[in-house]
Amino acid sequence: MVDAQGRPGGPATPAAPPPGDPAAGAGWVDAPPRMGFFTDTSVCIGCKACEVACKEWNGVPTSGLDLLGMSYDNTGALTANSWRHVAFVEQPRPAGHRGGSEPTEAPASGATEFLGMPAAGPPGRTGTAEGRSDFRWLMMSDVCKHCTQAGCLDVCPTGALFRTEFGTVVVQEDICNGCGYCVSACPYGVIDRRVDDGRVWKCTLCYDRIGAGLTPACAQACPTESIQYGPLDELRERAAARVATLHERGTPEARLYGHDPHDGVGGDGAFFLLLDEPEVYGLPPDPQVTTRDLPKMWQRAGVAALAMAAGAVVAFLGGRR
Amino acid sequence: MAEAHPVGFQWVMEARKRGAKVFHVDPRFTRTSASADVYLPIRAGTDIALLGGVINYILTNELDFREYVLAYTNAATIVSEDFVDAEDAEGLFSGFDPATGSYVQDSWQYAGHERDSGSGHTATARETAAGLRHESHGAPIAGQVERDETLQHPRCVYQILKRHFARYTPEMVQRVCGLPPEKFLELARAWTQNSGRERTGCLIYSVGWTQHSVGVQYIRTGAIIQLLLGNVGRPGGGVLALRGHASIQGSTDIPTLFNLLPGYLPMPHHAQHPTFDDWVNAIRHPGQKGFWGNARAYAASLLKAYWGEAATPDNDFCYGYLPRLTGDHGTYQQVLDMIDGKIRGYFLLGQNPAVGSAHGRAQRLGMANLEWLVVRDLFMIESATFWQRGPEVATGEIVPQECRTEVFFLPAASHVEKEGTFTQTQRLLQWREKAVDPPGDARSELWFFYHLGRRLREKLAGSPLPRDRALLDLAWDYPTHGPHDEPDAEAVLREINGYDIATGRPLAGFAEARDDGTTAVGCWIYAGVYADGVNQAARRRPGGEQDWVAAEWGWAWPANRRMLYNRASADPQGRPWSDRKRYVWWDESAGRWTGHDVPDFEVTKAPSYRPPPGASGPAALAGDDPFVMQADGKGWLYAPSGVLDGPLPTHYEPAESPVRNPLYGQQGNPTRKTYRHPVNSVNPSPPQEHSQVFPYVFTVSRLTEHHTAGGMSRTVAPLAELQPEMFVEVSPELATLAGLNHLGWAHLVSARAVIEAKVLVTDRLVPLRVDGRVIHQLWLPYHFGFEGLVTGDSANDLFGITLDPNVLIQESKIGTCDVRPGRRPTGAALGELVDDYRRRAGVTPGAVPPAVTPGVPIGPPGSGGDGEGNG
Amino acid sequence: MGLRDVLLGWPVYRQLTGADPLGRGAAAQSARSAALTPRTEAADRVARSVCPYCAVGCGQRVFVSGNQVTQIEGDPDSPISRGRLCPKGSASKSLVTSPLRQTTVRYRRPYGTEWEDLDLDTALDMIADRILAARAETWEDVDAEGRPLNRTLGISSLGGATLDNEENYLIKKLFTAMGALQIENQARI
Repeated sequence: MVDAQGRPGGPATPAAPPPGDPAAGAGWVDAPPRMGFFTDTSVCIGCKACEVACKEWNGVPTSGLDLLGMSYDNTGALTANSWRHVAFVEQPRPAGHRGGSEPTEAPASGATEFLGMPAAGPPGRTGTAEGRSDFRWLMMSDVCKHCTQAGCLDVCPTGALFRTEFGTVVVQEDICNGCGYCVSACPYGVIDRRVDDGRVWKCTLCYDRIGAGLTPACAQACPTESIQYGPLDELRERAAARVATLHERGTPEARLYGHDPHDGVGGDGAFFLLLDEPEVYGLPPDPQVTTRDLPKMWQRAGVAALAMAAGAVVAFLGGRR
Repeated sequence: MAEAHPVGFQWVMEARKRGAKVFHVDPRFTRTSASADVYLPIRAGTDIALLGGVINYILTNELDFREYVLAYTNAATIVSEDFVDAEDAEGLFSGFDPATGSYVQDSWQYAGHERDSGSGHTATARETAAGLRHESHGAPIAGQVERDETLQHPRCVYQILKRHFARYTPEMVQRVCGLPPEKFLELARAWTQNSGRERTGCLIYSVGWTQHSVGVQYIRTGAIIQLLLGNVGRPGGGVLALRGHASIQGSTDIPTLFNLLPGYLPMPHHAQHPTFDDWVNAIRHPGQKGFWGNARAYAASLLKAYWGEAATPDNDFCYGYLPRLTGDHGTYQQVLDMIDGKIRGYFLLGQNPAVGSAHGRAQRLGMANLEWLVVRDLFMIESATFWQRGPEVATGEIVPQECRTEVFFLPAASHVEKEGTFTQTQRLLQWREKAVDPPGDARSELWFFYHLGRRLREKLAGSPLPRDRALLDLAWDYPTHGPHDEPDAEAVLREINGYDIATGRPLAGFAEARDDGTTAVGCWIYAGVYADGVNQAARRRPGGEQDWVAAEWGWAWPANRRMLYNRASADPQGRPWSDRKRYVWWDESAGRWTGHDVPDFEVTKAPSYRPPPGASGPAALAGDDPFVMQADGKGWLYAPSGVLDGPLPTHYEPAESPVRNPLYGQQGNPTRKTYRHPVNSVNPSPPQEHSQVFPYVFTVSRLTEHHTAGGMSRTVAPLAELQPEMFVEVSPELATLAGLNHLGWAHLVSARAVIEAKVLVTDRLVPLRVDGRVIHQLWLPYHFGFEGLVTGDSANDLFGITLDPNVLIQESKIGTCDVRPGRRPTGAALGELVDDYRRRAGVTPGAVPPAVTPGVPIGPPGSGGDGEGNG
Repeated sequence: MGLRDVLLGWPVYRQLTGADPLGRGAAAQSARSAALTPRTEAADRVARSVCPYCAVGCGQRVFVSGNQVTQIEGDPDSPISRGRLCPKGSASKSLVTSPLRQTTVRYRRPYGTEWEDLDLDTALDMIADRILAARAETWEDVDAEGRPLNRTLGISSLGGATLDNEENYLIKKLFTAMGALQIENQARI
C-alpha cells in the first residue's frame, strides 16, 4: 500500500511490500531484486544501436520509411513498433543552466526549446553564426518506464499486462485482446496498439533474456554504456554518483528523471540522466499515474449509480402509483 | 568517429571519463562533435592550414619534445643546398617538371645524397600510385647523413620546417579555415600540453582525409605534429586511421590493387623492372638500412607460392610470368577506358561503383559499354541494374535495347556463410567461423575464384601458347570440402603465412623467408599468422582475462605486434620515458627488449649498439633508431623522397574551391592527377573566371545508420527506416539565401550532374567567414541510389575525377555546386540544365584547369630527369 | 495436463489462493510467459564471427538453429568491442536473412530488357569462356621495345573490402596468372 501517493492499494493487499518493490506486491514470493534501466544521456552518441538491437531480438516490425525532419530522429516516438526511441534535440544554447534545484520554469515555446518539429522552425535563430558557439545536440534513448505504479497495468481488464518477478511491466501477447484501455492510461504515452494485429506492444525489458540472466538487447548493444541494466537500487546509486561527477566537472544541468520513488508514478524502473528539462526531450515534467484518482472516481460513480438507482426506484414507484 | 565507428568510440568515451579532452574538427557538427569537449567547424579542404598552424605554434614556442625529436626524427639532418621551399617560390617546390606535372626530387635530398637512388624523376611513380608501397615502410635514402645536433644549421630539417610553416599563424588559420583564433589556440595549447615524458596525445582521422587531391599530405601534416610532440610509438599516442570496411586493411596488405603484390611488393614496371634483379633491387636498395634489405627473400618466396615447382632460382622464380605496368591502370583510368570501348569484361566483387565511386554517371556509362560484366553481391545493387533502372535510362543516355553489356549476377555468401580472416583497422587479423551454408546459388569468393581458375586451367590444358604458361604452372591445388567443394580457407591462410617447402612446416615469421626457393610465402608481412601450424587469427582468449594489450586475441601483422615503432616508447637509453607511459623497454640484466607488446626492434640489440661502417640492412640500424622500416631509422618530419607532391605539406586549395589560395600563388596541388576526357569536367576555381556559378562548397560523408553505397544498409529494414531518404543539410542562413525550406526539395548542380534531396535546415552547419567572405557549406550523405528499400539520388554523381598524385585516390570529399529550391528536372531537361551551367561557367568538357596557376614561376626541373627514374 | 493442473494454472484460481489477490503479477502470468526462454539458449551452435561493416572489427556471436541464423549479437569476450555493436552490427541478422537477398544466378543477355535465370555451372563456364576470349583478343606479349608485358588490358575488376584475406589472395593470384592487372578495390576509393 502506497496510499501516500494516492494510489489505490486497497484492503485486499495481503502484506505491504517495501516501497519500490512492486514484484512482492504482485504476489511474487522470494522475488529477485527489481531490475531496470538507467539511461545516461550524457554519454549517448545517438547511434540507435538500441533501437535496432531491440527490433532484432524482439522481432519488432518496421515502423515506417518517412523522413521526419526531426533532426536525426526518423522514428518519431515510442510506438508498438519502436520500443526504444532515440530523441535528437538541436539546441542553440544550453537551456539547462538553470540548475537542478532551482524552480522549474514553464516550458518555453518556440525556438529555444526546439524539438525538431517541422513546425517549430529551425533551431537557434540567433542571427549570426558566431552566436551558435554554444550549440548542443542532445540525444536520449527513451523506453517504457516500467513504473512502480503502472496505470496501464491497473486498467488492463484481461491480465495481459502484468508485473513480473523483476518488477517490470510486461504485455503478454497471448492474452492481450487489443481493448486499448492501457493506451490512454500511460502517463508517458508509451504503450501503443499495432495497427495490423490490434494488440498493444512495448518494451518487455527483454523478459525472456533477463530470466536467463542475460542483459536486455539494447543495453548489451549500447556502445557507450549510455543504457545500463541492473538491479534498480544499484543503478540509482550509480546514477547519483554520476550526477555528482558531472556537477563537479562543470555540468550543473545534469539531473535525474524518474529515479524518485515519491514521484507521481512511484518512481520508474527505467530512469534517466538528462542534461535539460524533461520536456526538452519530450518527457512529461511531472507524470502522474492516471489511475491515481480511481478510488475517488469509483466512489463518485458509486454514489451516482446509487442516486440513479434510487431515482429509478422512485420513478418506478411513482409510475406505479 | 561516433558517427561512423560508434563501437570504437567507446574508447574515446573511456578516455574522457579519465579526463582526456576531446577536440573534433569537421565541416559539420556531427554525433562526434556532440560528444567532444570542443568542436571546431572548418572549411572543407583546409586541414593542412589548420595543422600547419599547430606546427608553427609548436616551433615558434619551442614546445616540441626535444629529446625525442633529436634522437628519433630527422630534425637534425641537413638538406641539400639545391632545395627551394614552396614558401620561397609561390607554392612550388624546386624540381617541378610542367611537362609531366611531377617533381624531380634530387634537390629535396639530404645534403650529399642528391643523386642517390630513389631520387630523380617521379612521373612514373605518380602514374603507378607508388605512394601506396610505403604503407609498410618508408621511401629509400642512403645510409649516412650529415646532422646538426644543435638544430641551428639553416638547412637542417628543423629550421626548414620552421620557415616553411612560419606564415601559418592563428590569423592565417582564420583566413584560410574560417576558425576563430581563440578556438585554434585552445586546440594548439591542449595538444602541446599533452606531450613529453609523462603525457601523450592521439590523432584520429577518418579516411575521408585520403579523399582529397592533397590527401596524403593531410596525413603527413598530422604525422609531423605527432613526431614533434613525441606521440609516435608510445601508448596513448599515434596517428590512427579509422578505415571504413571490415577488411580494407587486408585488401591493401593482400592487395587487389593494380600496382601492388602481397606485402606491398610493387607490381613490376615494364621499363624499370625488366629482370628479377632489377625488380628486387628497386625494392631493397642495396646498401640501405632497415628491414627491406631482405626483400629478395620476400619476393622469391611470393613467386614460389604463386608458381610452386615451376618457380626455380634458375628461371628467376617465373618472374617473367608477372604482367607489367606501363602507367596508370587505376580504377578511374579503367572507367574512362570502358567508355572508350577499350575494356571487354569487368568483375565487381562486393562493390557498387554506380553509387560509391566519384562521377557516378561516368561509372554507369562505362559499364554500359562493356562486352560483359560479372557482379557478385548479396543484393541486386545499382551496378547490376544500371542498364534497366539507372538515371541514364531516364535521360535516354542508356537504352536497354541498345546496351550491349552482358550481365551475370552471381549471389555471394555473407560473412556468416564462410570462414576466413578480416584485417581490421589496426592490422589485427580475426578469423570468422562459418555459421551456416550460403543459400541457393550463393557462394564465397573463395569458391568462385578457385573453381573459375580450375575451369580456366582445364580449358587451356595442353595449350602451347607462352601466355598460358602462367595459368597452367600456377600452384592451384587447394583441398576442398562439403557438397559444393568449398576450398579450405585455412589451407589458403597457411600459404599466405608461408612454409618450408621441404618439410611443409609453417614459418614462424618473415625472418625465416629465404631467397633460394626453399620457402613459399604468400604475404610476407603476414608470416607468423599460422606459426606452429596454429591459426593464430582464431585465438579468442577473452579480453577480461588479459592485460590491456590483449595480445592473445587474434593476430596483428607484423609478428603480432600491436603498436608499430614501439621502440620509441623508451628513451634513447632504453628506459621508459616515464612510469605512466611504459610500454616496451630494454632489460639490461636480461640483455633484451621486453614490455607489454612484442618489441618492434631486434630483441637483443642494445640501445648502445652502433653499426660498423659500411653496414646495411637491419645491421645498419643503431640501437636508438626506432623507425626500423625507414631507410635512416628515423621518423620523417621532412620527406626527401617517397611523397610525390612535396617534402613538406603545403596548403593547396581543393581542385574545386570558391576561394583563392590565401597562402600561395599556386592555387591547387600542382601534381594532382587529372583526366582530359569528354565525360570529365572541373568546376572553375579562382583565379579562373566564373567560379561564382558554383558558389557553394559541398562535402559528403557517412551516417551511422548506413554503410557506404548502401548495398548492406538500404536493403536492411531496421537500418533503412532509420534514415529513409536522401537529404542535404544546410544552415539557416543558406536556406534563407537560396530559398530552401525545411523538408522541402532542393537540387544541387555541378558541371557533371544535378541531383535532388530533401532539405534539412540545421544549426549544425555554420557559414564561415573566410578571407573576408562568407562561405556556405552543404553536407550530403553518399549512401543513396536507386535500388533497395529506400532510394534517392547519389551524392557521388556530383563529383568529377581528380586524384591525389601519391595513391590515385579521388577528391570526393569536396566540390563546388549550386543549390536551388525544388525538384530537379527529368528526362532531356536534366542534361540541358547541366549544359546551361557548364556554358555559364565556361566549362568545356574534357578540358582541365592548368596544373600550375598562371603567373607562378616555374624553376628548372633539375637534373636527373629522364622520365623513367626510380620513384 | 490433468484437471488439477488446469485448475492450478487457471489465473483466477491462482489469484484467489495465492499472494496476488489483485491478479496483477504472479497470478496473471500466462503459461507462455512462464515458459519463456531466450532463443539463444535453444541454439544448436554458436559461431564466433566478426562484424562485416566498418573496420573496427567488433566480435559477433552468431546463434544458429538448424541452418537458420536466429540471432547475432556482440561477443563480450572481444577486447575491441566488449560485446557491443552499433546499429549496423546489430542489424547483421537482418542483413544475412534479408528477404531481398538474391539467392539465384541472374543473367541479362546483350540488348536484353529483362533478367533471365541461369544455371550456376553454366554461368561459371560462360564467364571462363569470356575471360579466355578477352585475353586472346587483347593480349600484349611485349612493348614497342620488345620488353615483356605479359598482360591483358581487356579485363578489369573492382573488389569490395569486405572480402576475406584468403579470398583476396586467390583473386590476386588468379588474375595475375591470367595476365589481368587492372585489379582494384575499395582501398583506391
